Parts: sequence; structure tokens; C-alpha cells
Amino acid sequence: MSESFRRIRAMILRYLFLHKRSLPRTFEIIFWPVMELFVWGFVSVYIQSVSGGTLSKIAMSLINAMIFWDILYRSQQGVSISFIEDIWTQNIVNLLISPLKIWEWIASAALYGMMKTCLITLILATISFFLYHFNLVGNLQLALIPLIFNLLLFGWALGIFTSSLVIRWGHAAEALIWGVPFLIQPLSAIFYPLSVLPPWLQVISKALPSTYVFEGMRAVIQTGHMPTSYFFIGLGLNLIYFVLAGLFFYWMYGQARSSGRLGRLGMD
Amino acid sequence: MIIRTDRYSATKKDSMDAPKLLCENHFMLIQPVPQDHASVIAKNLCKNYPGTKALDHLSFTLSQGEILGLLGPNGAGKTTAIHILLGLLTPTSGEVSVFGLSPLKNRQKISQRLNFSSAYVQLPSNLKVSENLLIFSKIYGVKKFKQKIDTLLELFDIADLKNRITGALSSGEKTRLNLCKALLNDPVVLLLDEPTASLDPEMADTVRKTLKKIQKEKNIGILYTSHNMPEVEEICDRVLFIHEGRTIAEGTPEAIMKNFETNTLEQVFIKIVRSGDLILGKKNV
Repeated sequence: MSESFRRIRAMILRYLFLHKRSLPRTFEIIFWPVMELFVWGFVSVYIQSVSGGTLSKIAMSLINAMIFWDILYRSQQGVSISFIEDIWTQNIVNLLISPLKIWEWIASAALYGMMKTCLITLILATISFFLYHFNLVGNLQLALIPLIFNLLLFGWALGIFTSSLVIRWGHAAEALIWGVPFLIQPLSAIFYPLSVLPPWLQVISKALPSTYVFEGMRAVIQTGHMPTSYFFIGLGLNLIYFVLAGLFFYWMYGQARSSGRLGRLGMD
Repeated sequence: MIIRTDRYSATKKDSMDAPKLLCENHFMLIQPVPQDHASVIAKNLCKNYPGTKALDHLSFTLSQGEILGLLGPNGAGKTTAIHILLGLLTPTSGEVSVFGLSPLKNRQKISQRLNFSSAYVQLPSNLKVSENLLIFSKIYGVKKFKQKIDTLLELFDIADLKNRITGALSSGEKTRLNLCKALLNDPVVLLLDEPTASLDPEMADTVRKTLKKIQKEKNIGILYTSHNMPEVEEICDRVLFIHEGRTIAEGTPEAIMKNFETNTLEQVFIKIVRSGDLILGKKNV
């Protein structure tokens, strides 16, 4: 286990070195979420002003939803981008032939993603507090922990899934890294409640762990209480998706190993 | 007339010193290495892609302390064979063992004692030379890694580039850095895919000499691919010519040149490329 820990640490160090070297890369992490926050923050301010304060909880939900969406998106990107970075730099074969195990690689990318997510969340929460008088911690209190936990898990599962596609199809599948999260965005009831969706779409939506996070978040804002079932259903679904994503990754890895794609990753 | 070759008709009389001629036109040699001394054994390796046979019953061994040149034209199957040894590719059929283990099932165990460098695989360009080597030292669990990194950088004459960004290095410097990475874990077997492809003649010579020195000192088995035949003559103890995934000739460079009645391996290479199908019995004469 200590060897695994050492290798995971080495990989995290590798990702951190990138930031030390590249200011645009570090800036990019912060830039997009902050820009998005400005848009949704001012939309919320506008809704609040035209409703005379009666829709303040909806406005609050919008800012919160935007921050949560960013956590989900960044945790997925954390895994996928770390992975594809090694394809871009033609380093992937060096890693694939090293003692680094696949799960250690995924774990290091997930932990690195979590570090980035924590930093971004902190920045967004601070900006929303000072600019929109929105208190993320104060509003959600202890419910914040299970909600974020489920978001991170789902983001990692999505990240493993999109990385699997890249390992099998190489550069041709890169666009999916950015596209897949947006496929689940309208179905996750992020900015609106689940009840808004047509019944047939709700069935699909209920199969996504993210839906329970966003529904839970709205429940806390509306009532001050989150039904525990939201957490446990979300967690259960996450575990299923996590296992499925892992199996899918190993299957795609096997396919790439059989087709010769694995050794050519980064060279096409 | 079809020239028929039978790769496995070698008799027990075959010895390391006397290559056995197997076919009528003396194109095929075999010089078996006792398998119990071999770090790498490939037996009847086949790899089929739709419409293509990348490897066709390729067999070879690599002993500890030996430099084996894996030669052939582009598309002959050299990289395919290396990828199978690295566990990056599943063979369609055949057996492969590295240190007695299957690379597909024991990649992690094997990787502790094996390493690889290729002109087509790079270290992250956005990291410093020292950072790249530090990360791989940690991944491989290298003890006294700082000392090890300094020694290797000195050995390949790039110690002054330690704090340089890898992307800013010349291709020759990158090649030497890749070799430093490949030697970090003191490998018992080293797979080198065209390691001097981007070096100028003087630097290529220095790198070859350095490699040869390390190989002798540490008794490393090296599988070496190159299109530079004078280099192969200089560095390899034994060579294996392959064409369309099949062995065409195997032996010491001297023995092969003698049997092909040429003075250089380059002439052998040209002969093999031009008449490879003939040798394999794919064309009628």
C-alpha cells in the first residue's frame, strides 16, 4: 500500500508541477467558473429585484446550482484531462509500461481533481458571499458535505467513463470529454426542479445521482432540511456508476490492447 | 520454384558459434539461445489485424547481457513485437514471457526490472528535466534518486540541462533524457526502439558507447531496433531480421554478412527487403 501511495503522490506532484510552470493553466481553472458565477449571480440578482424578494430562494438556488454544477464538471474534467494530458505530451506509454497501476493513476487524477475543485469552490463561495450576499456554507450547513461528496463521486465516474472512450478511440473521442457532462446537464435538474421535466424524462433523470444532489440542495434551501433518502439513493447510484465505469474502463483498455491502439496513443 | 523455409528444422547440433543454414539459398540462419538463460522468450507470436498479419509465428529469445538487434523494413513488425513484450498489445496467438512471467498478466512486476525508450515516446514537455526524472524515480521507487539522476545526467552529458524545460531541449537532448529515464530503475532488460534516430553522428556514437558501457557493467539484455545498419553492426551481439512479421535471418552480424555474401549489414538489409517475399516463399521464382 505504501508503494501505491508513493506512486499516487508522484503523479499528483506531476500535475502540480504543471501549474507551477503554466500561469495560463492555473488561471484557466479559475477563469471559467468565475465568469459563469458572474452570469448566474447577476441573473439571480435580477430575478430577486423583479420579484420584490418573493423569489429570493429561487435566486439563491440558481447561484448554488451553478457552484454545484461546477464541482461536478471539474471533478469529471480532473480525471479526464489529467489522463489526456499524457496523451498530448506523448508520455502515456512511459506510464503504461511503468509500475503505476491503472487504479493508482485514476486515484491520483481524482485526488488532483478534488484539490482543484476545493480551491474553485472556495473561490466561488467567497465571491458569491461578498458580491451577492450568498452564504454557501451558511445555507446548506452540514448538508453541504454529503451533497458535495456525491457530486465528486459522480464526476469521477463520468471522468473514468470519458477516459475509457479516449483510451479506445484516441484523439477522435477527445470532444466527448467536454461533451458528456453537458449531455447529463439538462437531465440532472440543476437549475430547475425535477417536476419541470416531462414524466418520461423524469424516469431518466431519476437514474442520475446528480439529480438527487440538486433536488437535495433545493430541499435544504426551501425547508432547511435534506431528506436522507436523497443522499442514500444518490450514493447507491454513484456506487453502481462507479463500478460500471471501472469495468468499462478495463474493457476499453483490453480492446485498445488488442487493437494496438494502446501503444499508439498520442502518436496519431 | 518456390523457396521453402522451415524455421524450426534446426537440429541439436546447432551451436552459438556455428549458425545453421536452413534453406537452399542460404538466406536463413538460426542461432538458438538456450531458453533457460533467456530473460525474454517469444514463441510463435502472431498478431493479426483485419487484412494484415503484423506478426507471423515470430520466435526469438533475449539473454541477459546480450544486445539483440531486431531489424527489418518499416511495417516489418518490430514495434508490434516490442509492444507485446511491454504488455501494450495482446498477441493473436503464441507465447511470450519476460523473466518467466506473462507481460499481459504481470505487467507491474515485470516493469520493475524492464524499461523502454523510443524516439516516438516523450517525457512531458512542460516539466523540467529534473522534475520528469524525479517523478519517474518515485514511480519506480528508485532509492537515492537524487544521486541516481545526477549520475545518469552526467553519463549522457546533459547535467547542465537539469533545470531546463524538457520542451526546450533539442531532439538529441530529448533522446538522451529518455535514455536517462529508461535507466532509472536499473533495468535487467531494456527495449530500445530506434534510440539514436534523431541524433547527429557524433552524438549517436557517444550514446552508443555509453549504452554499451552501461550494458557491460550491469549485464543488461537489450532489444535494439534501428535502421542504421553500421550502428547495429557496432552494438549488437546478435541480430534478427524480420520481414512481414516473420524471421528471415538470425545470427551474429558477421555470420549473417558472410552467409549473404555481403560486406555490410546494410547490403543484407537491402537484399532482404528486395527479396523478402521470395525468401518467405510468397513469390514464385
